[in-house]
Amino acid sequence: MDNIIEIKNATYSYTDEGISHIALNNISLNIKKGSFTVILGHNGSGKSTLAKLLNGLNTPTSGDIIVDGMNTRDEEKELEIKRKVGLVFQNPDNQLIASIVEEDVAFGPENLGLEPEKIRECVDEALKSVGMYEFRKSTPHKLSGGQKQRIAIAGIIAMSPDVLVLDEPTAMLDPKGRAEIISTLHYLNKEKNITVVLITHYMEEAENADRVIVMNDGEIINDGKPEDIFQNVKQLKEVGLDVPQTTELLYALKQKGFKVNTKALSIEDTAKEIAKALK
Amino acid sequence: MLKDITIGQYYEGKSLLHKSDPRMKIIWLIALIVLIFLAQNMYALGFAAISVIIAIVISRVPIKMYLKNMKTILPILLFTAVINLFYGEGEVLFSLFGKINITDGGIYRSVFMALRILLFIFISSVLTYTTTPNDLTDAIESLLSPLKFIGLKSAVHTLAMMMTITLRFIPTLIEEAEKIMNAQKARGADLESGGLTKRVKALIPILVPLLISAVRRSYELAAAMECRCYNGGEGKTRMKKMRLSLIDLFLSLACIIIGAGIITLNILL
Repeated sequence: MDNIIEIKNATYSYTDEGISHIALNNISLNIKKGSFTVILGHNGSGKSTLAKLLNGLNTPTSGDIIVDGMNTRDEEKELEIKRKVGLVFQNPDNQLIASIVEEDVAFGPENLGLEPEKIRECVDEALKSVGMYEFRKSTPHKLSGGQKQRIAIAGIIAMSPDVLVLDEPTAMLDPKGRAEIISTLHYLNKEKNITVVLITHYMEEAENADRVIVMNDGEIINDGKPEDIFQNVKQLKEVGLDVPQTTELLYALKQKGFKVNTKALSIEDTAKEIAKALK
Repeated sequence: MLKDITIGQYYEGKSLLHKSDPRMKIIWLIALIVLIFLAQNMYALGFAAISVIIAIVISRVPIKMYLKNMKTILPILLFTAVINLFYGEGEVLFSLFGKINITDGGIYRSVFMALRILLFIFISSVLTYTTTPNDLTDAIESLLSPLKFIGLKSAVHTLAMMMTITLRFIPTLIEEAEKIMNAQKARGADLESGGLTKRVKALIPILVPLLISAVRRSYELAAAMECRCYNGGEGKTRMKKMRLSLIDLFLSLACIIIGAGIITLNILL
């Protein structure tokens, strides 16, 4: 598979009240086309800074970000990069622009200057793909948080991006809303072939990802498949992340001498492992 | 209590007026307001009143909705009526306190002015009840678009964008204000008693957090808009195209007839 995003030695620093902070320290990373990547990290780990670099909203202090062959420093390619890499933020209330759902979703395609008929097509398809088509005439403030966030995602999908970057999209949602978002993302990844980069501090959201990257203090400290990453319980706890409860249980059992495979992640697999160990 | 505020109170429906072009509706509204002003005698105003009633009927919005608006303007209406009562000439009908004369002209004038205000309110409500806030914004942008020829293109677009965002954020900010009020009440803030100065002072701990949060929201919104390829409306297209239809022609004709009627009645009587 090709790399859709290449991050080359990216460093990002900013000055706050005369003190310089390094948010990202010499990060190199490739995101493969069609993959589902989860970036995990605690507050202040630099993960949100990274999100804003990916679509050129900010440019790195040093190093380069290459999106599909285009450098995010290239001002001529600015709109093209923003269309290719869609960014969804934490608070859906602050991302919606219009008072009617479909008009909000149309905002992106309208900015791209598409024909009215084509915009209609993009909007309808985007709303269907996040399961919000029947709400197209509603007002966003009457919907739930999860529904609003799905509309925000639809607003990005309507521009037919290649990559969807989400910066803690579930942080303000209830468990039901969170589940809605995660299943929507997996649907978009599998059915619409959209590369997903999900930034979060909820570890269970990384369960079905292709790849998990753990960040701490502006650096990548671990990178691999979810079941491998979660093995490193000690490291994850050190950087302030919680290991999924299932892994923690298996890990504790293993330390007590039970022969369990700690790679099981889902509740069903864990139950099977425990049953096997007890036989 | 804040939730009772409804801005751009749209009433969902499928009447002729709902279907007509919002740009035309704005033009008709302006024309009718001017015409109501032009009506100089009771006959002309009566004719205007009948036209407004017809507009209300074809809007198919329950009359209850229109009467609800009356409540808020009743003080203005009464004030206008009472003030005009004293400014008439003609036969003195009776005197108050032996000094203030109430004339038949005064009563006529009072009724005339009150009716005129009432018609303004009703005809404006017809527009807001039958047009969504977004359609109104788009229509204003479209009507002001000739200004681009004198170099105000981006100003027109900015104005329309500001209106859209304002309409979108009114419910969000109302909700937020309520949350902050509850939070301050939970900390023992007293918002409902005391004199005017005390009450105004009590608002400060609500307005400051609200303002800070609004500024923060605007930063995030700006970033989100940038992510959605917004660049100040350059080369922007629209999903919904406003089109003139036969309904608009028909209703424009009706407006011309109303205008002709009012002017004729003015001259003849």
